[in-house]
Amino acid sequence: MKRILKTNEFYITIVLVLLIFYIGSQNSTFFSINNWFDLIRSGIVPGIFVIGTLLVLISGGIDVSFPAIAAFSMYTTTSIITSLDFDVPVIFAFVIGALIGLFLGFINSIFIAFLKLPTLIVTLGTASIYSGFLLTFIDDGQITRLPEAMTNLSKTRIFEITTDYGTIGIPVVFLITVAIAVLGWFLLKYTMIGRSIYALGGDEVSAERMGISSVKIKVFVYCFVGTLAGIAGVIHTIMTRNSNASDLLGGELLIIAAVVLGGARITGGHGTIYGSLIALLLILIIQNSLILLGIPSYWQRFVIGALILIGTGLSAIQVKRSLEKRNPIMTE
Amino acid sequence: MSNPLHVNEDKKQGRFNLNKDFIDKYGDLTLLFFIMISVFAIMAIINPNVFLSQGMMLSIANQFPILGLLTLAMMFAMVSGGIDLSVVSTANLSAIMASIIMVQYIPADASAGVTTLYILLSIVCALLVGCVAGLFNGILVSVVGIPAIIVTLGTMQLYMGIALVLTKGKSIVGLPTIVSEVGAGTLFGIPFPLIIFIMFVIFSYFVLNLRDYGLKLQMTGSNPTASKFSGINVTSITIKAYVISGLLAAVAGLLMTAATNAAKADFGTTYLLQAILVAVMGGVNPYGGRGKVAGVVMAVITMQILSSGLGMLQVSNFFKDFMWGTVLIIVLLANLFYNKKISKLS
Repeated sequence: MKRILKTNEFYITIVLVLLIFYIGSQNSTFFSINNWFDLIRSGIVPGIFVIGTLLVLISGGIDVSFPAIAAFSMYTTTSIITSLDFDVPVIFAFVIGALIGLFLGFINSIFIAFLKLPTLIVTLGTASIYSGFLLTFIDDGQITRLPEAMTNLSKTRIFEITTDYGTIGIPVVFLITVAIAVLGWFLLKYTMIGRSIYALGGDEVSAERMGISSVKIKVFVYCFVGTLAGIAGVIHTIMTRNSNASDLLGGELLIIAAVVLGGARITGGHGTIYGSLIALLLILIIQNSLILLGIPSYWQRFVIGALILIGTGLSAIQVKRSLEKRNPIMTE
Repeated sequence: MSNPLHVNEDKKQGRFNLNKDFIDKYGDLTLLFFIMISVFAIMAIINPNVFLSQGMMLSIANQFPILGLLTLAMMFAMVSGGIDLSVVSTANLSAIMASIIMVQYIPADASAGVTTLYILLSIVCALLVGCVAGLFNGILVSVVGIPAIIVTLGTMQLYMGIALVLTKGKSIVGLPTIVSEVGAGTLFGIPFPLIIFIMFVIFSYFVLNLRDYGLKLQMTGSNPTASKFSGINVTSITIKAYVISGLLAAVAGLLMTAATNAAKADFGTTYLLQAILVAVMGGVNPYGGRGKVAGVVMAVITMQILSSGLGMLQVSNFFKDFMWGTVLIIVLLANLFYNKKISKLS
């Protein structure tokens, strides 16, 4: 019980619940099915990004190139399928997207795992290489006529409900996000690889002495993130029913902010899937629903920035206190 | 190097010793210098008529000071062992403060003297805003103990948020004409932004190399624990680094306003990644502890030559992004192999 009280996840959940009830009490449209379906829909692609980013942060690194990877795989996949005029099942699109993502993630891991260059700088560089390459050499205008298989999938929904405004529902691709979240949770909690990622992020030297290959784990992490980004890109194009090469770019810092708010530490070794997803939901609600309180949308950034600082500040103070208790000689 | 026998050997071979010392100290700067000259030469050979024209030189000299100041701001944060993702937000917030004062408080029938006074006041306010923004960053990093990247990620949102709230998301226009006149003006034939840049380059060099503070900052950045136990006040050193970073960002913000004759909450957001890139390219160690003003200056000039030169060839902005990224990775790799060679030498 005491341990639960100390986690970021716990506080974020409380803040989230309070916010939900407060917004709901001020404006009843917040609790409408419409609004919640909107929220879920807006969380499908960021949800996948969050899982990938969480893994990177736990391993002690940081990756800002995933939106570029996602945009790259998204656009390239759609243009491959449309230009070849393939009448292929939709799974094919996901496979291509995932493979492109895997490849780009692998390029990141060459610099990070083998050459041991700083992760932030490397991914900043590769991000502008990927997006620059995409927009210069591949981009050929928006693709608005998607392959049929993809359009069909975009029309498939779960939980369809008919209201006055027409039928609304949750796209079936939501299940992919759920599956990836479950996979990530299982991976981190019950597999050797997952535990090694935590160990590596906690202390690289000790992890190596325990017999964990830091190179292998890092290659795995960045390839995994790339693959997830590739899949997320394909999902994005399916949901918006067009493929625009400059979509998705520039959203990386908000995703990292969500993961950090959810209790992951940028220094590595800490973080849970639950915390990250809850924090993402909090940020999505602030983005989508602050306006229901009558607060103009230009307050969003201020609120999100303040939340990040308060959230991480509280946990930093806690860490400091627990260190002081444990080791009074080291501090002063 | 720690082996006393080596010292003897070095003394015997005086010339070799000098060379090695030179490479140790200035090797990376020499490398950068040659890169800068070659980029310049390549661009001049491709299209001498356009590239070597006075207009092109003026446009280069007008453009790089903003990025240069932001990079110097980034450098101070990086040398302290952190990073400052909030430089562009700080710049915009300061510029907006100054613009609000200039637009709202100058009476319509003010004389030239009164207007100048108000402009000076607004500049002071902008610099103060930059310092306070930096102070806040510094306190959160060193007193509260949040990692710098998270602090500045948060304050980046926060400062941009404040700027958005102040302006309601619109851009501020209608500044006194004198602002853009100064922004586009020259003094003894040197563009005004360049003069400001040179002033702050000297300031940065002075702080980092000629003051006691600079040495302490570099020690703090390379090993905070060791510095703490050797009696350095790490907290105050770090806070000061972020204040300087905020101040430099504010100056960049003022130059941005002077160049565009407007201020907006989300101006120049692409500068952020470019500033990190140029800092790393200029030899600033992303893990902290090391950074050279001369390196940053050469790196920013190189990137501006490359960027303007590519612009001359009518390539798209996206291709520029591609080139920037490629250059960054190449510089990282070059540094890596160069450092390996150096460590083999000694």
